[in-house]
Amino acid sequence: MIERTVLTGKHFIHGDEACAEGAIAAGCRFFGGYPITPSTEIAEHLARRLPQVGGVFIQMEDELGSMAAILGASAAGMRSMTATSGPGLSLMMENLGLGIMLEIPCVVVDVQRAAPSTGLPTMPGQSDVMQARWGSHGDYEIVAYAPWSPQEMFDLTVRSFNIADRYRIPVFLMSDEVVGHMVERVVIPPADQIEFTGRKHPKTPPNGRFDPFLAQDIDLVPPMVHAGEGYRIHYTGLTHDERGYPDMSAEAHHRLVTRLVEKIRRNADQIILTEGYYLDNARILIISYGCTARSARRAVREARSRGIPAGMLRLISLWPFPEKQVKALAKDMDALIVAEMNLGQISREVERQVRRSVIGVFHAGGAMIPPEPILNAIQEVAA
Amino acid sequence: MTTPIVVENHPLDKIIRSDRMPHIWCPGCGIGIAMRCYGQAILESQVPEEKHVVTSGIGCSGRVAGYMYIDSYHTTHGRAIPFALGIKLANPELMVTVFSGDGDLVAIGGNHLIHAARRNVDIKVICINNFNYGMTGGQIGPTTPKGALGTTAPYGNPELPFNLPYLLAASGANYVSRWTTLHVRQLKEDILYTFSKPGFTFIEVLAPCPVGFGKSNNIEDGLEEMRLYRERCILIDEGDVRAEALVIDLRENLPIYLGRFIDRDRPAYKPTQMVAK
Repeated sequence: MIERTVLTGKHFIHGDEACAEGAIAAGCRFFGGYPITPSTEIAEHLARRLPQVGGVFIQMEDELGSMAAILGASAAGMRSMTATSGPGLSLMMENLGLGIMLEIPCVVVDVQRAAPSTGLPTMPGQSDVMQARWGSHGDYEIVAYAPWSPQEMFDLTVRSFNIADRYRIPVFLMSDEVVGHMVERVVIPPADQIEFTGRKHPKTPPNGRFDPFLAQDIDLVPPMVHAGEGYRIHYTGLTHDERGYPDMSAEAHHRLVTRLVEKIRRNADQIILTEGYYLDNARILIISYGCTARSARRAVREARSRGIPAGMLRLISLWPFPEKQVKALAKDMDALIVAEMNLGQISREVERQVRRSVIGVFHAGGAMIPPEPILNAIQEVAA
Repeated sequence: MTTPIVVENHPLDKIIRSDRMPHIWCPGCGIGIAMRCYGQAILESQVPEEKHVVTSGIGCSGRVAGYMYIDSYHTTHGRAIPFALGIKLANPELMVTVFSGDGDLVAIGGNHLIHAARRNVDIKVICINNFNYGMTGGQIGPTTPKGALGTTAPYGNPELPFNLPYLLAASGANYVSRWTTLHVRQLKEDILYTFSKPGFTFIEVLAPCPVGFGKSNNIEDGLEEMRLYRERCILIDEGDVRAEALVIDLRENLPIYLGRFIDRDRPAYKPTQMVAK
């Protein structure tokens, strides 16, 4: 049976399925992945859906191959994606670096589970957020979003593809087992209301010299050409010049890596998303993200009902870190609390940005942090 | 005194990035000969040059992607095959070749190699086998004969090597052959043949590495290894993949069996499609 490409309408589906439908709606037509709990439903859903819309689904031999395959497909012009969890993410870090260096857009979904190692495969965690930031070797900037609902699994998957293409970078969707398996209402808009930001293409035709890594625009993003378009481009993971040729000099290396970092830092305002709750006259700020933010909002609402001036900032963007938003809010706060399902990862980044200590409500993972410990932390600083 | 002959044009100028010459390979190395065969095959193929794509992994043979004047991707160590698979499935019109070495394709990339062969995905693999890791300076690899010396086997390699045609035949490749850099005409013809052969094809090319392998194993130079090829190579009948007969150890006076081992027509991998593209 042939189904529609964009399943416009109201659905009652889980986060992994919403993510898969977001990918289809965004025009993703290549998925290469390896089964891993709790992300497997994304692969299963796309195995059914991609053939219906003319796309390619392939189950690879491992996550090393999955990441390499989606980069290859994207290099040939297709929007491509993979989905995994912590152990697979570790393997993908190798070719994530290749994606950064070759500036190949793609989307990597990490439905986080409790870790390290095999950890608790069927239970949630949020302890991959620093690996997403620093997991591959070398200096780079990365983009990562953290959905807190099945609706955002859809919306942020679409956004991840647009940001990936716009800035020629792999984008992480850092979900977790709770959000991945949670069933809620998901509204899929009409196809013409789904945002699409494509890749920049060169203005020059494919004869004569073309420098595929020459970034002339203010955003530092060079136009992208694909295999088979006639430009006869060379891409290498070695340090390269604007022509794409290896250049084994410290100067070329510094120039290239600085641009790769700057193209994200300079455009951070266009990339970053956050959401505030109960911020009017707030004196105690709770910062949270993903499934933990659901408990945090409940705790803040409860605190307000008890007359405590608590407010909340939800980090929809984890990377680049929303430092402007955090710094601006922190100025007026008596206390900062970070709630996350790890033993202190984003809290470090908050401390680094605001240069003062924050209170952590941490748990190593395996079960969602309930509202109570967050409320307790709020009440302690309010007392 | 011999006088150097300077020519204005090279027959492969159309297909080689001459602005990247000279290449990095050592005197006596065989990789350039195999690259020349690949370039010649592209020029003679019915496929337009802009529809040819090459991916490489890491190592001396991995540098080939950087020298070919076609769309070319020099990827990570061992991952040239899954990267090529992504390109091919995203755009089946392209002729995608993987040109890399034995360490890259068979050791770190070994899992991708056998699975791509099992799927029979339509990519063309040219695998340089020089019996060692050349780029890093002569370490043993998955093709190094037992007992041979390498910088990481100073007392002799304690491991048994892979027999590549046997491995690829068992894994399911549609086409498996072996040549040496002495057999340039056969190699070029074979590459050309694989362009018209759907499915996974694999050509092993024995190549001298006088600096990395030869000097530690009493093969004086590249020319000496070419002489060994000429003396010992025997053309094998198609379909004969007896493992014992195919062991290669240049230090022993043993025959080296060459030729087309497998040429069959299993269906090439096609992703499931429910709508016309």
